[in-house]
Amino acid sequence: MTTDTRKQEEPGSMSPTSPTSSATPTRAPHQDVPTGHKPDDGKVGGGLFDPRQLLKSFPDALRKLDPRVMVKSPVMFVVLIGSVLTTVLAVKDPGDWFGWAIAAWLWLTTIFANLAEAVAEGRGKAQADTLRKAKTDTVARRLSGDGKTEEQVPGTELKIGDLVVCEAGDVIPGDGDVVEGVASVDESAITGESAPVIRESGGDRSAVTGGTKVLSDRVVIKITTKPGETFIDRMINLVEGAARQKTPNEIALNILLASLTIVFLLAVVTLQPFAVYAGAEQSMIVLAALLVCLIPTTIGALLSAIGIAGMDRLVQRNVLAMSGRAVEAAGDVSTLLLDKTGTITLGNRQAAEFVPVRGTTEAEVADAAQLSSLADETPEGRSIVVLAKEKYGLRERHQGELTDAEWIAFTAQTRMSGVDVDGRKVRKGATGSVVAWVEERGGTVTAEAQELTDKISQAGGTPLLVALEDTDGARVLGVIHLKDVVKEGMRERFDELRRMGIKTVMITGDNPLTAKAIADEAGVDDFLAEATPEDKMALIKREQAGGKLVAMTGDGTNDAPALAQADVGVAMNTGTSAAKEAGNMVDLDSNPTKLIEIVEIGKQLLITRGALTTFSIANDVAKYFAIIPAMFAVVYPGLDKLNIMDLSSPKSAILSAVIFNALIIVALVPLALKGVQYRPMSADRMLRRNLGIYGLGGLVAPFIGIKIIDLVISLIPGIG
Amino acid sequence: MSPVLAGVLQLLALIAALALAYRPLGDYMAKVYSSDKHLRVEKWIYKGIGANPNTEMRWPAYLRGVLAFSAVSVLFLYLLQRLQGSLPGSLGFKAIDPDQAFNTAASFAANTNWQSYYGEQAMGHVVQTGGLAVQNFVSAAVGIAVAVALVRGFARSRTGELGNFWADLVRGVVRILIPISVIGAIVLVACGAIQNFSGIHEVGQFMGGEQQWNGGAVASQEVIKELGTNGGGYFNANSAHPFENPNPISNLFEIFLILVIPFALTRTFGKMVGSIKQGYAILATMATIWLGFIALMMWTEFHHGGPAFDLAGGAMEGKETRFGIGGSAIFSVSTTLTSTGAVNSFHSSNTGFGGGIDLLGMQLGEIAPGGTGSGLYGMLIMAIIAVFIAGLMVGRTPEYLGKKIGTREIKLAACYILVTPALVLGFTGASMAMDTPKNSMTNSGAHGFSEILYAFTSGANNNGSAFAGLNADTQWFNTTIGLAMLLGRFLPMVFVLALAGSLAEQKPIPKTAGTLRTEKPLFTGLLVGTIMIITGLTYFPALALGPLAEGLAS
Repeated sequence: MTTDTRKQEEPGSMSPTSPTSSATPTRAPHQDVPTGHKPDDGKVGGGLFDPRQLLKSFPDALRKLDPRVMVKSPVMFVVLIGSVLTTVLAVKDPGDWFGWAIAAWLWLTTIFANLAEAVAEGRGKAQADTLRKAKTDTVARRLSGDGKTEEQVPGTELKIGDLVVCEAGDVIPGDGDVVEGVASVDESAITGESAPVIRESGGDRSAVTGGTKVLSDRVVIKITTKPGETFIDRMINLVEGAARQKTPNEIALNILLASLTIVFLLAVVTLQPFAVYAGAEQSMIVLAALLVCLIPTTIGALLSAIGIAGMDRLVQRNVLAMSGRAVEAAGDVSTLLLDKTGTITLGNRQAAEFVPVRGTTEAEVADAAQLSSLADETPEGRSIVVLAKEKYGLRERHQGELTDAEWIAFTAQTRMSGVDVDGRKVRKGATGSVVAWVEERGGTVTAEAQELTDKISQAGGTPLLVALEDTDGARVLGVIHLKDVVKEGMRERFDELRRMGIKTVMITGDNPLTAKAIADEAGVDDFLAEATPEDKMALIKREQAGGKLVAMTGDGTNDAPALAQADVGVAMNTGTSAAKEAGNMVDLDSNPTKLIEIVEIGKQLLITRGALTTFSIANDVAKYFAIIPAMFAVVYPGLDKLNIMDLSSPKSAILSAVIFNALIIVALVPLALKGVQYRPMSADRMLRRNLGIYGLGGLVAPFIGIKIIDLVISLIPGIG
Repeated sequence: MSPVLAGVLQLLALIAALALAYRPLGDYMAKVYSSDKHLRVEKWIYKGIGANPNTEMRWPAYLRGVLAFSAVSVLFLYLLQRLQGSLPGSLGFKAIDPDQAFNTAASFAANTNWQSYYGEQAMGHVVQTGGLAVQNFVSAAVGIAVAVALVRGFARSRTGELGNFWADLVRGVVRILIPISVIGAIVLVACGAIQNFSGIHEVGQFMGGEQQWNGGAVASQEVIKELGTNGGGYFNANSAHPFENPNPISNLFEIFLILVIPFALTRTFGKMVGSIKQGYAILATMATIWLGFIALMMWTEFHHGGPAFDLAGGAMEGKETRFGIGGSAIFSVSTTLTSTGAVNSFHSSNTGFGGGIDLLGMQLGEIAPGGTGSGLYGMLIMAIIAVFIAGLMVGRTPEYLGKKIGTREIKLAACYILVTPALVLGFTGASMAMDTPKNSMTNSGAHGFSEILYAFTSGANNNGSAFAGLNADTQWFNTTIGLAMLLGRFLPMVFVLALAGSLAEQKPIPKTAGTLRTEKPLFTGLLVGTIMIITGLTYFPALALGPLAEGLAS
C-alpha cells in the first residue's frame, strides 16, 4: 500500500513506498527493475519541522528585509513601513519604552514573515546542493560531423544536435537521447535510486539525463537541451525556489489580501480625524500598531512559505512540478486516468492456474511448470514456482539440487526457460516459442492446446505453454494461466477518491471484456479498453470539454500529446524526453500510483492556504476588542466595557495585541510548512471541520493569547 | 396588548406576507427576464428610444447602456430643477440652487434619494412627479437589470453575452414596477394616503398660528418610493407623515413593499441559475441578518431604561405613536438594510445602539436583502469572497455556481468591496478634519460625529435616509454626498458587470462530491460571518467613536 499524505506527519516517513514502484507499463516485463527504496542522502526529512531551522535561516530572513523584495507581498510591505515609521518615532522620543517596544515587535513581525519563507526555502537548498555536486564540469567527447573522430570539449559548450560518446565511467555531459548502443546508467544523482537503469537507442528508454553516470557499455547520445537548461539545472532552480512563480490562486489571494489591507489602511488613516474630534488624538505609534494588527499579516507572512512548502512536499516524494500551476491544478482534478499496469494491477502478471491437456494431470503440469521455471528469474517465472508450491504442495526445488541438469535460462529472445535432466527436456514459455520448439522436435501441438490458450487469451489472461520431450517424443502438457492481480488496497483508495469527487478511469490495452473484469475488481469508475494514444487524447478532451480537470501519467513518446493536453501530466522519469517535455510534472521514481498522492498534495496546499487566511481574518475580532477600548476609553469610559479580556492597561493591551500578532506567525510556521492535516472526505465534511478549527479557532485563540501575553507584561515592573 | 407583543405580531404578519409573495413574484420576475416576447407598449418604447431589444450585449455594451441612461437621467433631473419656476405646476417654487440640484439629481438617479431639501417647501408637481417619481421607477429598474446581468453571467457559459440592457430596463418598469405600484397605490389610498394635484392649503392650528399643507400625487410616489427601495419622501417627514403613511396597516404594507422585490429576487436568481436551493441559501443569509438586526433593534429600543422610557414602553422619542416601537424598529431596520432610506421614525432619536444598528446595516453594503437588484448583486459579491476563502478549505481552487473564482474575478470583487468604505471613511475623515463641515452638526460629542458618519454612509451606500440633525444643505455636503452617491452607485456596477462578463465567458465546472456546497446552511453561516467580519470590522473604529460610545455610556 502506498503511503498517503497522512503519513507525512509521522517522523521519519520519507516518500511513499510501493511494492511495485518498479514497474511501468512500457518496461519489458522481463527486465530487471530496481525495487525497494532510494537512500535518504541529500533529502530533507519528511514533513518534520525542526525549530533549529528557524535559527539557521535567520540570516536569510534579515537579507529579505530589502524593500525591493518585500514589496512583492503588499501586506508585509505595509508592516515594514510601519516598522520604519515607529522606529523613527521611537528615536525621536527615546524615553518612551512603549514606542521602542512597539517598534521592536513590528520589526520582529516583519522578520518572522521573512523567516517563514527562508525556512521553507532552506529545505530545498540542501537538495539543490546535492544536485550541484552531480553537475560538476564535465568534459564531453564530441563526435565530429563524419561521426568518426572525437574531440574533447567542455560540457557547457555543447549545442543541441551534437553527438557525444559516453563509455563506462563517463558522466553524461547533457540531456539527450541515445541514438546508438545500450548501456546501464546510474541515475542516483537525480532520483536517489542506486540501482542502475538500462538506456538504449530507439523506443521509450532512450532518454538520458546530464549528470548521470554510464556504468557499462558505450552509447552515442544526441544532445537535446542547451547547457544551463538541462533537467538538472531546472531541478536545482525548482527545489531552490528560484524559478518559483506565484500560482494563479496565490495571485488571486494576494489581490484579496491587498484589498483588505487597503480597507484597513483607510479605516486607520481616517480614524485620526475622528479621534481628534473625540478629544483622543492618537500617537502615530498606536495607529501603526492598530494597522499592523488589523491587516492580514498572518496569512501575508506565511503565504509564500505555504507555496514553497507545497512544492517541497512534492520534491520529497521525488516528484518535480515544472510549474506551481500544475500543483494547484492537481487539487482541482476531477478525473484521474490511471494506467492499468503498475498502477491498478501489479506490474507483472502472475500464475493463477495450471490447465492440463487431455491425458495429463494438473499435478503433472504443475511439476513440469515448476521445474522449467526454476531458471526463470522474472516475476512471472517466480509466480509459477510459488503457485506450484502453494496450490500443489510442490516443494520449491533449487537449481543446485539437481545434478547433471542443464538449465536453460529465460531470455527475451527465446522467451522460454527450462531444464534438461535425466533425458527429459522440460520447457515453458510463450505460446509461439513453445509451439516452435515442439514442432522442431517432431511433435505436434494438438488443437486442444490451441483452444486452451485461446480461451485464456480471450478472458484477458496470458497463456504460457508447458512442453515435455522424453522417450515418448515432444508434446504439450498443458497451459499456465497468467493473470493480472489487482494491487491490495486499491478499491479502498478508489472509494476515497470517489468521496472526494474524483472519477477514476482505468486505461488499458486489454480487450473490453478483460478490462471490465479488472475494472470491476479494482472498483474504478470507468475504463478505456484497447486504448490507443488517440483514444486517450480523445477521452481527455471529452472530459475537459465538460469542464473537468484531468490528470494522467505517461512515459512513451506517443503519450506526449496526451500528457501535454492533460491538466496534470506526470511523466515517468524512465520515459522519453518527449514525454518529460510534454508533462508538467516528472516522477523520478516512475511510480504511476503517485498520481493519487499528487492530487492529495495539491489539495493540501490549497486547504492550508484557505485555513490560514480564515484564521488570519478571524483574528481581527479579538484585536479590536483589545485595542479600541485601550485607545478611546479615556474619552468615552463606556468603551471600557468592550475590554472583555480585562487587559491591565491601555499600553499593555496594544502591545499584547502586537506581540500576539507577531508570535502567531512563528507559531504557525510548522503548520504552513507541513500543511494542514488532510484526510480524504467530502467537501461538506471537510469545510465543517476546517471552519471549526481555523474559523472558530481563529476567533477564540487571540482572546486567550492576548490575555496571557498581557498577564506576562503586567508582571514586568514599571509597565502595565 | 403589550408593545413588545404588538411588535412581534407585526413582524410575524410581515414575514407571512413576504413568504406568500416570494414564490409567485420570484418566478414571475424570472419569466420576465427570460422571455423573448415583447409587449406592444414595450415595442413603442423601443421604437421611441431607438433601441433594438433583441441584440445581445457583452458587458462593456451593457455598462455603456447603464451609464448613458443614468447620465441622461442626472442631466434631465438637474435641468428640471434649475428650470423650476419657468415650468408650469411649480407651485410657485423657484429654481433649485446648482449644488443642491446636482445633489438631488445624483441622489435620485443613483436610487439613493438623499434629500437635502424639504419636499413640501421646494419641489412643485412637475419636479416631484415628472422628475423624481420617474427616477424612482427607472433607477430601481436599472438596479434589477444589473443584478439580472450578473445572474446571467452565472447562468450562461462560453458566451460573454449578458442580455439587453434596454429590454431589461423597460421590462422592469413595465412588467414589474408599474403593475405592483398601481395596486400598491390603491391600497395606500384606501388606507388614507392622499393622491391629488391640489395646491397648498393654509390650515389653522389648534394652538393658533397657520400651517401649510401641500396636496400632491403622494400615494403613487409613496408606493414606488418603497417598492423601488428609493426612499425619497414627498414630504420632509417622509413615511412619518400621515399623508404618506396614515396608519399601522399602511406602515406594515410599506415595509412589505420595501422588502418584497429584494427578497423575491433570490428566487429569481435560483430559477435563472437552475438551482432553487442556491436561491434559498442567499435568501437564508439575507433573512438571518435582517431578523438578527430587528431582534437587536427591538431589544435596544424596548429596553432603554429610565422613568420616561418606562412610561412610554421604550424609547419613544422621534417615533410616531401610530406605529409604536415595534413598527418603527422593523421599519428602520428594513429601510437601512435595503437601500431605501425612507423613515417612519427619526434614527437620530434611536438609542445609541439603535442608531448604530441602522449605521451598520447600511455599512454591510445593504445586502440583507438590500436594494432592488443592488442587494442581490452585493450579496453575490460577498458570496464570491466567502467562497474564495472557504473554497480553498475544501482543497479546490474556489468556484461558485460552477464558475471559477480566479484572479480576474477576485480582482473585480475586491474592487467592489473597496468602493464604499473608501467613500464613507474618506469623506467622513475629510469632513472631520475640516472646520466648516462640523458646523452642520446639531449635536456635539459622539452623537454629532454619528450625524456626519451617517450622512456619508447613507450616501455612498445609496440609502438616502438621514440621521436627522445634520444640516446637509451646504455646498460641501451637497457636493461630497452627491459624489459619494454617484460613485457609490455606478463604480460598483462597473465591477459587477465586468465580473458578469468574465463569468459568462467561462465554461461551467461540473459539480462533484469535492465541490463546496453553497446551498447548505453551513455556507449560509459562513457567508453571514464573512459579511460581519469583512465589512463590519472595517467600520468598527468609526462605530466605536459614534453609536458605541454613546450606547455604552449609559
